[in-house]
Amino acid sequence: MTAEALVKPDAAAPRATRAPAPPTARPRRRGAVGAAALTTATWAIALVFVSPALWLALTAFKQEGDAATDPPKLFFEPTLDQFRTVLASDFLPYLGNSLTATLLSTLLVLLLGVPAAYALSIRPVRRTQDVLFFFISTKMLPVVAVVVPLYVAAARLSMLDNIWTLVVLYTAMNLPIAVWMLRSFFLEVPRSIIEAASMEGAGLPRVLWSVMLPVMAPGVAATALICMIFSWNEFFLAVNLTASQAATVPVFMVGFITSEGLFWAQLAAAATLASLPIVVIGWTAQRQLVRGLSMGAVK
Amino acid sequence: MSAATGTAPAPRARAAERAQGWALRAPLLPALVFTVVVTQLPFLVTVFYSLQSWNLLRPGSRTFVGPANYLAVFTDAQFLGAASNTVLFTAACVLVSMALGVGLAMLLDRRFPGRGVVRTLLITPFLIIPVATALLWKTTMFDPVFGLVGFVLTPFGLGDVDWVSQYPLVSVVTAMVWQWTPFMMLLVLAGLQSQGRDVIEAGQVDGASRWQMFVGITLPHLRRYIELGVLLGSIYVVNTFDTIYMMTQGGPGTASANLPFYIYQRTFLGFDIGQSAAMGVVVVVGTIIVATLALRLIFRSFMSAQEGIS
Repeated sequence: MTAEALVKPDAAAPRATRAPAPPTARPRRRGAVGAAALTTATWAIALVFVSPALWLALTAFKQEGDAATDPPKLFFEPTLDQFRTVLASDFLPYLGNSLTATLLSTLLVLLLGVPAAYALSIRPVRRTQDVLFFFISTKMLPVVAVVVPLYVAAARLSMLDNIWTLVVLYTAMNLPIAVWMLRSFFLEVPRSIIEAASMEGAGLPRVLWSVMLPVMAPGVAATALICMIFSWNEFFLAVNLTASQAATVPVFMVGFITSEGLFWAQLAAAATLASLPIVVIGWTAQRQLVRGLSMGAVK
Repeated sequence: MSAATGTAPAPRARAAERAQGWALRAPLLPALVFTVVVTQLPFLVTVFYSLQSWNLLRPGSRTFVGPANYLAVFTDAQFLGAASNTVLFTAACVLVSMALGVGLAMLLDRRFPGRGVVRTLLITPFLIIPVATALLWKTTMFDPVFGLVGFVLTPFGLGDVDWVSQYPLVSVVTAMVWQWTPFMMLLVLAGLQSQGRDVIEAGQVDGASRWQMFVGITLPHLRRYIELGVLLGSIYVVNTFDTIYMMTQGGPGTASANLPFYIYQRTFLGFDIGQSAAMGVVVVVGTIIVATLALRLIFRSFMSAQEGIS
């Protein structure tokens, strides 16, 4: 069934112009019925796969009495009470901390990563491969292996429960991947553009800012998106290095860990609110998401 | 490789070249120094700690003990259990989500009504905050009384299973697979859509069967994307902490603890700095061995393809 999807002529339409089907091709049109069945199957599979998320969103609009029932309730009187409860609790400071950590670390990643990726791509530095290999190898370093010294150092510097600690660590966490992605985007910029700008005597900052960045904007956006997802969702460092002042949204969710079937609706509302920023950004920037995830290997 | 130009240049030219070399390298330095300071220095400190007996609960207990911590690590049954769980989680999660990802990507690689909506729906699990995903599966999905999974499986006689307590590994892997499948799907889909139509048409002309074309043409083309997905997926899945923390707390007992969670317990609940540092070092050495083997393979094919683009 699935292989048929690959060879269906209409799938080729948005791509390169294609010659009319050669007469020797086997007749493979099973008619509209087959296509409709495949479409229905695709929709059904997708809905089943994503049903836990839909169920989560649905539960967020329930009263607690409707949330944990046997059998589960699909129809109920929707309410915004749970969202009100979550927002009226101390959720907003956590949200603020998450925004700070995510946006500042992403900004820092770009500030450090763009020049580095430039150096690694435009004009070959000796040992480019070694440096790239080094960057990606730091991602192999499990965080647990460095969390003890980080904790001790943060304690000595009175930086525990400080949002800047998370900003610095999230920057380090995302920088290697970002350098890889950005480099692959830099490789796509025609060299003639840069050479022309350099010839006119533009310095590196100007070349980067006014010549390269406009061309690379989609790539930079893709990189920033990936960094934001990973920073927003990060839990290990947040839960171990923060307490009341700098705790982020994932730490807020820990409060629901013991809710033994009592506060499912509220949990669902909190989870929905906590995920919403990234879900919306990810939905609207799907193309960038794909480019970022494939490290620029995909146009 | 600008410096490697044929004949030996005059001394002055060489000096100029060296100066230019530093100018080229300068933009790289901030990122490099930052990465070394924030990731490599702490690791050296970890190595230093791992040679000491040091428990924060016993002030003044800090002494140099050499390799004793490492000997303890390798005879610690819980550590070994956590290590095998880590391998199991990673392998199961990456393989299953890649298989599902390939399947979903194949379904999406054709035009049909609502294709954009379906893709948007399918990527959502990857975007939901993982701690929420873990709680979602633990409560509304896997709850033995009110859970959706039990409700759906009741006709099959599996309605009363307490998934998280009875099958903690399966439960954790399910939540992780759900989270990572969209990631794999997006990568494979991108690979499918970069596939040249001419090759497929040539195959059609030659009268190859669908299966032959999938195995002979599509899979080899997807190889790079699958390798990339496996590599990136493994990097993140190996370090999974949130799912286990939220769903099982490593339990029952230590049945579902992986290395990040077990080391976390020893560090932040046992305050055994020396021991957990030694575990950290062992994990890093293990990861490096596995990663170098895997990375060398993938790095080559990926780099050569990338250079090809430029």
